[in-house]
Amino acid sequence: MFDYETLRCIWWLFLGVLLIGVAVMMGFDLGIAVLLPFLGKTDTERRVIINSVGATWEGNQTWFVTAGGALFAAFPMVYSVAFSGFYLALLLTLFALMMRPLGFDYRSKLPSERWRSNWDKALFVGGFVPALIFGVAFGNLLQGVPFHLDNDMRIFYDGSFWSLLNPFALLSGLLSVAMLTTHGAVYLQLRTEGEIQQRCEKAVMLFTIMMLVIFALAGVWVANIDGYAITSNILHDAPSNPLNKVVEKTAGLWMHNYQQYPLLILVPSLGFMAGVLTILLSKQQYLKSAFVSSSLTITSIILTAGVSMFPFLIPASQSINHSLTVWDASSSHTTLAIMFWVTVVFLPLIIVYTSWVFRVLSGKITLEHIHNNDHTAY
Amino acid sequence: MISESVVDLSRWQFAATSLYHFLFVPLTLGLSFLLAIMESTYLMTGREIYKDMTQFWGKLFGINFALGVATGLTMEFEFGMNWSYFSHYVGDVFGAPLAIEGLMAFFLEATFVGLFFFGWDKLTKWQHLIVTWLVAFGTNLSALWILVANGWMQNPVGADFNYETMRMEVTHFADLIFNPAAQVKFVHTVAAGYTTAAAFVLGISAYYMLNGRDAAFARRSYTIAAGFGLAACLSVIVLGDESGYTDGEVQKAKLAAIEAEWHTEPPPASFTAIGFPDQEKMETAYAIKIPWVLGLIGTRSIDEPITGLTEILEKNRVRVRNGMKAYGLLQTLRTGEKTPETIAEFNRYKKDLGYGMLLKRYTEKVVDATDAQIELAAQYSIPRVVPLFWTFRVMVGCGFIMLGVFIWAMFASSLRRCRQTTLLKWSLYMMPLPWIACETGWFVAEFGRQPWTIAEVLPTFLSASSLTEWDLYISLSGFIGLYTLFLVIELFLMLKFIKLGPSSLHKGRYHFEIAEGVDHV
Ligand code: HDD
Ligand code: HEM
Ligand code: HEM
Repeated sequence: MFDYETLRCIWWLFLGVLLIGVAVMMGFDLGIAVLLPFLGKTDTERRVIINSVGATWEGNQTWFVTAGGALFAAFPMVYSVAFSGFYLALLLTLFALMMRPLGFDYRSKLPSERWRSNWDKALFVGGFVPALIFGVAFGNLLQGVPFHLDNDMRIFYDGSFWSLLNPFALLSGLLSVAMLTTHGAVYLQLRTEGEIQQRCEKAVMLFTIMMLVIFALAGVWVANIDGYAITSNILHDAPSNPLNKVVEKTAGLWMHNYQQYPLLILVPSLGFMAGVLTILLSKQQYLKSAFVSSSLTITSIILTAGVSMFPFLIPASQSINHSLTVWDASSSHTTLAIMFWVTVVFLPLIIVYTSWVFRVLSGKITLEHIHNNDHTAY
Repeated sequence: MISESVVDLSRWQFAATSLYHFLFVPLTLGLSFLLAIMESTYLMTGREIYKDMTQFWGKLFGINFALGVATGLTMEFEFGMNWSYFSHYVGDVFGAPLAIEGLMAFFLEATFVGLFFFGWDKLTKWQHLIVTWLVAFGTNLSALWILVANGWMQNPVGADFNYETMRMEVTHFADLIFNPAAQVKFVHTVAAGYTTAAAFVLGISAYYMLNGRDAAFARRSYTIAAGFGLAACLSVIVLGDESGYTDGEVQKAKLAAIEAEWHTEPPPASFTAIGFPDQEKMETAYAIKIPWVLGLIGTRSIDEPITGLTEILEKNRVRVRNGMKAYGLLQTLRTGEKTPETIAEFNRYKKDLGYGMLLKRYTEKVVDATDAQIELAAQYSIPRVVPLFWTFRVMVGCGFIMLGVFIWAMFASSLRRCRQTTLLKWSLYMMPLPWIACETGWFVAEFGRQPWTIAEVLPTFLSASSLTEWDLYISLSGFIGLYTLFLVIELFLMLKFIKLGPSSLHKGRYHFEIAEGVDHV
């Protein structure tokens, strides 16, 4: 059907789609969990906030689970290097994420105040830590990861946990937190009314501005850090072997793709425009449009990182020739083709039934709603 | 060289976290189905009590489900985190069913489970019923795909080693799906889940009846659980895993180890019901043997032998030597000398490459291994008999006890005589058995595959990530701490809601809501 080179590109795109899916769908759950302690002043208010995502967070999280699975299937080497290299960081993310199913489901099952406030803290951690670490991970990808491969393709990680927490990576982490918190605030504004809704409006403003400032800062920074480029000939349809190429590492190389295809500059620009638009729409109470606009901001920010790095997936910062790229870290032609068809069939189906579920569950979550459903609401 | 202790710690961690995940999985698998059955009954009879049943057992389902999801996330992460060489080496094959599971199954169950809990007032009765069935369907589909993945680890069909990429790659995807090892596993595991849920509902309903509470509610739940449980338990036992053992050598070794079959017996082999196996001497003391039985269940024939461990060991010695050759040729190919002769020669030996890799445990230079090292590797390829022998018997024992109770419960409820105290006590006290059976079952399946993660392809000790011991101490203690805390919280909530019973629905018609505690039936 498709040749190997095309399929590799398609899978790079699919991975982007799934990552954007994670940020857009799971992102607002995480953002809302970050906002929970600040926007909910009473127990009932906090329950309103939790129930705005209570029935759908589970499906949203599946974007994350599936993106992980798809990465494993389409770029196994990338999955292996990222997950084992960022071992402790991912462990932390995992522990934080585990708070969410329990927090949502168990929090309101008992009336005790201590019980509930402990789960509120757990939910906050479950939102904040993953949001931060996803960004930190991206920041490290852009700088390159200190790993090398031996001739059997065994992976060795040469860095430490603390080297992950460098200034640029932390900035990316903050960008991610600001971005997802904005998104959460927009969604919450859409699903609530009264005071909570007004607090959301302020949060949208605050976090969007923060996000745009950091995004600009990070952009300038990226233009000056070391970027990577392949300098040897690389066959786009050869069997995946990351040991067969020569890579160059120089400051400013991440701008290379933009120099070559100037139109790409539209991607980050769109991010800024959509960000500003989000504030305006949120102020004017066009809340559904604000949500779309916020999703667009997220899309542009993630695409910006992807486009700057293409075709690199994980640059190797020390043994630079071992860097993983779209051309030499993918699955076989057969597997990519099979997974292509599975995705083409199931992803639209998922979008259709997810939309239906959101429609059924749409409408404002109010204080009365919580009172009337004291025993069944989260 | 990979550190032995990192491998051991990784194994402990994986075993602990996966066994822990599987405390919650079987109940999700079975209870989602029971909920769908109860709700269907509600629509057919129109009686509110069946809706209450769906909602009450649904509450318990939710408490269990949350931990199933939390611990499932660990599993998804762990392949990459702890088994990165495994993930590289077989990701091309193994990743696909995992990704399909996400797209096909997890999305379905996770999207609709919210609607199951919060959609009662927003959907028509029929729509809600469909939602419940979709959740049940989704959980079972997820079991299918994960077991296709796991079945492939037991019997790696439809894939081939590629020396250019240094990994296994898919050749025939259909073979992966129709892998006999995966199919028997699926049937057995899903039926085990149904049995678990049935025993759960049966036991708790018995507890209400013993306490004289909510009689109508408890009796109806009991009856449904008895029928469902009998069918499920029969399936678990009848559709056991025997036919999955026809393919790879590793599966045969596992079967022989379970049965402590040290030497091939003339067919049909006898079944050692009980005895004391001794790996050193390769014999079983005080064995009580039942003639013919093993041959019948193991091969479904009276003239095929079941290969004994001695014979398997003999074959494996040869395979280790062939594996050395394959490994040497592979090095030549990877340094770039790709003459057609080398490739042809490599293809001749490559099915034994995994056996060659076993030597890496004893020497860095596989190609120069000594005879003593080859013998060690061959010995290492035979599973440890004693733990397998006993855990298997625990599982089977649990199965037969449960079968007895389900038959009794079924008879009693169809005669409307299920309120006998003895029966109710048996129903209550047998509640832990399905969990014990499930955990020992996984132990048999996974430990029996050792020393391989992918049977005959990739040894376990090579599969692990190159982490430090400290990484693993941190993660392992984190898991132990958090998982213990979670379990305490879960059991506390579970017990609390079980004690409250259907009164927790606040419908005003159950035990604790009626002033004198009188039931209306
Ligand atoms: C036979 C069944 C079975 C087996 C062997 C496994 N699981 Fe599982 N898993 C389920 C059956 C299941 C389930 C019944 O579908 C769960 C349990 C509770 C739940 O919510 O869904 C689930 C949940 C679950 C989740 C959360 C899904 C969500 O967000 O909704 C993940 C990521 C995994 N599992 C991953 C795994 C991995 C990587 C396994 C391999 C080691 C594994 N599971 C073994
Ligand atoms: C698709 C599903 C599964 C896969 C891919 C899988 C894979 C693995 C891997 C990679 C290991 C580590 C290597 C090893 O020590 O064998 C392992 C070990 C183990 N797994 Fe599984 N596993 C799966 C499901 C399960 C489940 C659900 C359970 C039990 C509930 C389980 C029980 C064990 C045990 C007990 C071990 C330890 C065996 C030992 O190391 O001696 N596995 N499995
Ligand atoms: C009584 C007769 C039973 C027989 C003959 C039997 C047989 C087996 C065998 C041979 C295995 C190992 C499969 C492998 O090598 O991969 C196994 C695994 C397993 N058993 Fe059983 N079993 C019985 C009862 C039960 C019961 C009652 C339960 C639970 C309620 C159960 C749950 C499991 C599970 C969860 C596994 C691991 C998954 C798998 O490999 O299928 N078994 N069983």
